[in-house]
Amino acid sequence: MSNDFLIKNAKEIQVVIDNNAPEIEKLDQEIGDGDHIFNVQRGIKLVIELEPIIKHLSMSKALNQIAMKILSGIGGSSGALFGTLFMTMAKVSNIDNGVDYKKAINMFADGVEAVKQRGKADVGEKTMMDVLIPVANCLKQGVEKKKDLKDLMREAIEEAEKGMISTKDLLATKGRASFLGERSKGHIDPGARTSQLMIRTVCMSILNT
Amino acid sequence: MKKFLNSTDDFLKESLQGFGAAHQDIITCHYDPNFIIRSEATKKGKVAIISGGGSGHEPMHGGFVGYGMLDAACPGFVFSSPSPDQMIAASEKVEGGAGVLFIVKNYSGDIMNFQMASEMMTGASETVLTNDDVAVEDSSFTTGRRGVAATIVVEKIVGSLAESGGSLKECKSLGDKVNRNSGSMGVALSSCIVPAAGKPTFELGPDEMEFGVGIHGEPGRRRDKVQPAQEITNKLLEAIIEDLKLEKNDEILLFVNGMGGTPLTELYLLYDNAKKTLDNKNIKITRSLVGNYCTSLEMQGASITLTKLDQELKKHWDSPVHTAAMRWGL
Repeated sequence: MSNDFLIKNAKEIQVVIDNNAPEIEKLDQEIGDGDHIFNVQRGIKLVIELEPIIKHLSMSKALNQIAMKILSGIGGSSGALFGTLFMTMAKVSNIDNGVDYKKAINMFADGVEAVKQRGKADVGEKTMMDVLIPVANCLKQGVEKKKDLKDLMREAIEEAEKGMISTKDLLATKGRASFLGERSKGHIDPGARTSQLMIRTVCMSILNT
Repeated sequence: MKKFLNSTDDFLKESLQGFGAAHQDIITCHYDPNFIIRSEATKKGKVAIISGGGSGHEPMHGGFVGYGMLDAACPGFVFSSPSPDQMIAASEKVEGGAGVLFIVKNYSGDIMNFQMASEMMTGASETVLTNDDVAVEDSSFTTGRRGVAATIVVEKIVGSLAESGGSLKECKSLGDKVNRNSGSMGVALSSCIVPAAGKPTFELGPDEMEFGVGIHGEPGRRRDKVQPAQEITNKLLEAIIEDLKLEKNDEILLFVNGMGGTPLTELYLLYDNAKKTLDNKNIKITRSLVGNYCTSLEMQGASITLTKLDQELKKHWDSPVHTAAMRWGL
């Protein structure tokens, strides 16, 4: 994993998120307040604009720049949670001398754990954690079992999709949708949907290389 | 969407610039990161009171920066929590050696961002979390009740204590007490339009109302047919009185808050209806507040907040305050 990889994927994610924007906005209007998609789009744009600055930075510094930009540029829960994800990834030791896929998976898993602590949400609460936690677990186990990287990417895509769909019938107990009580049931969580789309995009780009 | 705006990207900036210019005798706006502080520096040794939250609730919180209330306010994007860099920058400007008290409404985003700010800051800080909205069922497994209009009552009372020399611990404990003594509930007759979204957050039929609504255009607990104001008022009061376990002869502050799109004429009508019901129950209204203080953009709607009062709370409610949106006693 290199800084170029980060930027290239941010650009691909931008296209996918833009293509799915109306659907995500609608999901958020059903159980949230409708601003999730704008926050995500703004965040991705800000990250892509960092390209000239982070191009020549070490991996840890680049990730930290991204974290701070997301934190201040998105605001809200998304800013704090995604900011925490990148800030934690930047802290993983020895990432400035090359990151192989095992290390990248460790970084992602550490990041997801930190997000879980920050948001105090676990699987089953109708949030993006229903996507992030199962994917992180699947990747970690895959590395332990020395699975082929491409097989692992295909599994991660499936896990993300399963997790995203599982939020539909869940009762929201965290975040703004929780104020709806029973009325939150029957809708896919917008944060779970954007997370799933991002994971699929990154995994697909690895599959296609 | 019909709104006064030039571009959605500049919506917040231009509004903040206008606010800063209009009230330059009381406050100063800082940009990138955005925060509002008193024009006159916080005196040494005074606890600095800082609040913040998404924009779209004006005059909350910037309108409450000034003598007797807040030292700083950090506005986020519309309906979106401010980020830690804003709170840290504001703290550095107003910290007077006695620590910082954050007043935070109970929403996941606000909690996370204020928490990150406290972790990244060097000085002492405490947080008062407001969660006065009785429409939301409270449970240790959920985000819990929302912080809504009573946040302003907390800011006024704690601001007064800080001004008169209260310590960080005392300010925190009084803030928690005001929050415990307060209950609110709101009802919406229309949705609101987030500028970036360009359309209403939810659709309400011409004869419908959203009962137990929040302050972000998020739907409430229940959708009902519109009823006479007296019936709506009674339902709101019933829920609050039950939550606060108010009894006859209890003294309260009756705060009728507009959501932004309801005229004062109707808010005073609600006040009248609430007074009749409270009089019948022998609950004594000894302090009042009516107006658009904790709004939800152009939403038509109102909330009622009751705060149970004692001598201490009354003293700090009455003390002088000089902010853009609240001024008395000076």
